[in-house]
Amino acid sequence: MPSFVIAEKCDGCKAQDKTACQYICPNDLMTLDRDLMKAYNQEPEQCWECYNCVKICPQQAIEVRGYQDFCPLGASVIPLRGTDSIMWTIKFRNGVLKRFKFPIRTTPEASIDPYAGKPEADLSKIKEPGFFNYEARKE
Amino acid sequence: MEKETCTFSYCAKPEIVEVDTDLLLIGGGMACCGAAYEAVRWAAPKGLKVTMVDKAATDRSGAVAMGLSAINTYIGENKVEDYVRYVRGDLMGITRDDLVFDLGRHVDNSVHMFEEWGLPIWKKGDDGFSLDGFQAKDAGKAKLVDGGTPVRSGKWQIMINGESYKAIVAEAAKKALEENRKATGVDQNHFERVFIVRLFKDANDPKRVAAAVGFSVREHKMYIFKAKAMVLAAGGAVNVFRPRSTKEGQGRAWYPVWNSGSGYALGMQAGAELTLMENRFVPARFKDGYGPVGAWFLFFKAKATNSLGEDYCANEEYVNDAKKKYGAYVDKMGTAIRNHLMMQDMKAGKGPIIMRTHEAMEAINKSFIEKLGEKEGKKKVKHLEAEAWEDFLDMCIGQAGLWAAKNERRA
Repeated sequence: MPSFVIAEKCDGCKAQDKTACQYICPNDLMTLDRDLMKAYNQEPEQCWECYNCVKICPQQAIEVRGYQDFCPLGASVIPLRGTDSIMWTIKFRNGVLKRFKFPIRTTPEASIDPYAGKPEADLSKIKEPGFFNYEARKE
Repeated sequence: MEKETCTFSYCAKPEIVEVDTDLLLIGGGMACCGAAYEAVRWAAPKGLKVTMVDKAATDRSGAVAMGLSAINTYIGENKVEDYVRYVRGDLMGITRDDLVFDLGRHVDNSVHMFEEWGLPIWKKGDDGFSLDGFQAKDAGKAKLVDGGTPVRSGKWQIMINGESYKAIVAEAAKKALEENRKATGVDQNHFERVFIVRLFKDANDPKRVAAAVGFSVREHKMYIFKAKAMVLAAGGAVNVFRPRSTKEGQGRAWYPVWNSGSGYALGMQAGAELTLMENRFVPARFKDGYGPVGAWFLFFKAKATNSLGEDYCANEEYVNDAKKKYGAYVDKMGTAIRNHLMMQDMKAGKGPIIMRTHEAMEAINKSFIEKLGEKEGKKKVKHLEAEAWEDFLDMCIGQAGLWAAKNERRA
């Protein structure tokens, strides 16, 4: 199910410091056409359908459709990702709607303090198993 | 930088950027993010430089970019040695027990760190049913590190709300790298959109890799990273085997299509010994499916059959034949053996193989209503339906889309 850009909604992230979908796509597929200032998926058959561009798009201008060789058109799966949870709206081909909301993280975004309250590394133990903050399990 | 794409001349010589570091992490997935967190702490007392180079954006790079709905190994109440036995059985002896043991005795700490950073982990409720990460927090359930009880889907796997799994771990890794950058006074130690293509050996020591060379996929630049040591975790190889489906959807798997195999190639070309690369995971496919199936088999107890409704794992002819070839491993009925038996059915023309998800949900529905009565039972089933959808919405959204496109309700 490759992602596609709804051109009417895409503004090329002109107000942002970077093109969001182009920044995030793990396979480097999303590209900005600088003449039109619209993004597009440059290689749909290499799309993993990971929805990262869909989730990050500030204009909600990206959706995903099924692969034409085995997926009938007419259904949609649309996420709305917040800071602590994600809401999915699933529209079946026959019109049935389902909505789900799932937690995505229990701490505020950007709040991780990676070494707070953690011990320093003890270099005398560098050749022993275990991590700087954890002795390997023994049994 | 993002907006400057495709404006450079392809003919001009690229600018060459040299980066001197002590430890180079090649890859920005879960492995190198974990390595960054650990290495930065060890590097601190000696003032060593740690550098990460990622071909994508670290927030969403690697095989966990989409998300995951489970963590495959959490030892917890089990024994590490039993884990080694399980892995050896499942992979039919093609394992390095010492490495598996090493993983087993370290993995729980990583899971505890994920939970501390904010990964929602399911917990068992007082009534024996599962609570998602928020419900568990609201119910005051203890974290795993404090003895909380995870929801197991099988002996080794635990369930999570993992949409942001990678983003959370990347945040910790990026902050660790930033701490190292400030401590060592370098300009930059985290490179995104730089694709490593070749390792170079030390001119004076042919057994030592001294540098990695790559190029930016955004700017007209070549990078030379000189390092004293390297961690190479650039992912597996997908789209190498001939896929079943054709045209646009060819090679659809829940594994990331951008795994170019550079993790193998870089090591091989540099003459490294590759250990445990003998296991090739070639996923078999179920009808109308291209997603991961672990939770459906283990957690929802779905059965798979051929198109005639027969259980291929119960076919005596196949099992006896497999026993002749693979001996005692067949008794364990590990993944590889089950898939082998499935292939026999496909070869015999009895495909496609169907995973009976609707029957699994019906059975659960019935048992819940019997156990809890109509009202409470239905409530639990609704929660379970959401869990079943989340499994795919976390890590193979395309599969959820396929269900919607085919009007398959699941419950």
